[in-house]
Amino acid sequence: MSAMAILVDLFAGRRDAAALAPREWDGVIGVARAEAMLATLAHRLAEVDVPEPVALLLADQRRAAEVATGQALWEAEMARRALAPERIEFVLLKGTAYAAAGLSCAAGRQIGDLDILVGKHDLARTENALLKAGWEWVKSDPYDDAYYRAHMHELPPLIHGGRDRMIDVHHTILPRTHRKTPDPLAMLADAVPAPDGFAVLCPTDMACHCAAHLLADGDLQGGLRNLWDFHCLASDFAVADPGFWGKLDGRADQHGLRSEVRRAARLARDLLGTLLPSGWDAHDPTDRWFHRRLLARDDWGRSSDFLLQQAFYIRSHWLRMPPAMLARHLWTKWHKRR
Amino acid sequence: MRHGTRIAVGPVQFRVGSDWAKPIAALDRLYADYPQHEDRPADATVRLFAARPWRRWLRPSVHIGGDYVVPDALPLPLSMGLLAAEMGMNLQVALGWRRHLLLHASAVAKNGRAVIMSGASGSGKSTLAALLGEGGWRLMGDEFTLIAPASGEAFAFPRAVSLKNQAIAELAGRVDPARLGPLLAGTPKGDIRHLIPRADAIETMHEPVRPALLLFPRFGGEAAVVPMGEGEAFVRLTEASTNYIALGEAGFGALTRLVRTVPAFAIAYPDSASGIALVEDLWAEAAR
Repeated sequence: MSAMAILVDLFAGRRDAAALAPREWDGVIGVARAEAMLATLAHRLAEVDVPEPVALLLADQRRAAEVATGQALWEAEMARRALAPERIEFVLLKGTAYAAAGLSCAAGRQIGDLDILVGKHDLARTENALLKAGWEWVKSDPYDDAYYRAHMHELPPLIHGGRDRMIDVHHTILPRTHRKTPDPLAMLADAVPAPDGFAVLCPTDMACHCAAHLLADGDLQGGLRNLWDFHCLASDFAVADPGFWGKLDGRADQHGLRSEVRRAARLARDLLGTLLPSGWDAHDPTDRWFHRRLLARDDWGRSSDFLLQQAFYIRSHWLRMPPAMLARHLWTKWHKRR
Repeated sequence: MRHGTRIAVGPVQFRVGSDWAKPIAALDRLYADYPQHEDRPADATVRLFAARPWRRWLRPSVHIGGDYVVPDALPLPLSMGLLAAEMGMNLQVALGWRRHLLLHASAVAKNGRAVIMSGASGSGKSTLAALLGEGGWRLMGDEFTLIAPASGEAFAFPRAVSLKNQAIAELAGRVDPARLGPLLAGTPKGDIRHLIPRADAIETMHEPVRPALLLFPRFGGEAAVVPMGEGEAFVRLTEASTNYIALGEAGFGALTRLVRTVPAFAIAYPDSASGIALVEDLWAEAAR
């Protein structure tokens, strides 16, 4: 059994961690690191009796993740202090949002950049306020910069000189040129307060964004983490609100993300054991390509299945922009590389 | 991967995989007398690999990978596979280890107390530690010293010492040739030859010691000793630590305690003999 298969079995609770062989642990620890999920696994197995060296390593990971989460929330606070005087309202997205809202997927979750959503009308003011508060441009390349501004769903990334942390300022959740065009105004309007005064997306939007991020934006590299997010979000929201799945359907339709949300739910069910209501419990033969892609890693932590990776890479660009534009973009990028 | 081995250095269990047999055989020779725990899962993974299948044979070049990688790191020729393995192991510790505050520093110990020597490469910290480790000292490591945040104790990381350039001749004359690795000439870091630590250093590698003296050596110039304030020692050690920021408050606590409780000195020395004499003098004072 491959280490990736064991890893998802551990997350799904289908396998007893106490019964793993030493060489199986090698692989599991390696692939969990590669998927940036070792600390998440450490939380999942916090109550399980594992060999002592593993228990020590997992305890290290939990402690380190706690520090990292605190640092990520501090970065959100820094953004608020920069934007509040300008009366710019923003909504936290992804990892920082999960942590601010105290959601179960936040336990041990690695948080990279700070992602925020602002109204498109506030974009220029947000940029100025952040620049004034010490953030700087990362991309020096004029083509990349122009590309971001013209076609992307976020500003070119900014980095804070003193703290060395990046912020991604989104005005919607998928690139402007994407085939799918979710409704960011509805997301902003229905955002909900989190503790400490931050705003986060409402439960259905959070699940929609998570599914869109996993399946519509990118090549599924490191997608297992996003799938785990979806599993935790949907499972927790469904416990808190028995009508959640029905509302999610309606909201996904509104954003044009029905197929992404449905597929995310099926993949989470298949790999992580998410309980789906009747009506969601269908099977789609194309899902198996996604299963394979999500598990495409060997026991040494290396990406495997090169052709499948390439196929998903091409798919991600295909979704992201119309063909003529894609051709122009690749042409420019190719010229610049030479 | 085709070839592999397992190595435990201090608290870190590595698994090293390789597309070639040679670097693994070289590692196995250097680490033959280190304790082996077949049942212990690996904390860290190192991979030595060919970027393209044919580069396994055709002008073979070794890329360094693992749990953590440095983007754009240049590969090394297969003849330097041992150096690639060493760099891969260092990288995993530097970027992945969270149990202790990591100091890029060498250390030696005596009677349960340690001298920690921090400096850039070329400062002579490895050479001083290696020479002291051949005398009346226990070598703790030439690359990393680990500080436990809770207790403030120092833990050893006694990997095979990486002797460079002149240090090779200096040590080669003093030790059993069986304790030396192959000469790696003309690497990006100069000539390199590994020294297997003495058996006592390996046997006691899990024993914690109390830091007693902090030194910031500089090779070259007149012999000099300059006492260093807590503030400067603190700032220098934050720069010498690869996980200070990641540890957050625990790292801050460990480092402030270290610089407040342990006397620190910058030392300059023209040659190894005077360097060692300086260390012994300062030790005699600190140990009083």
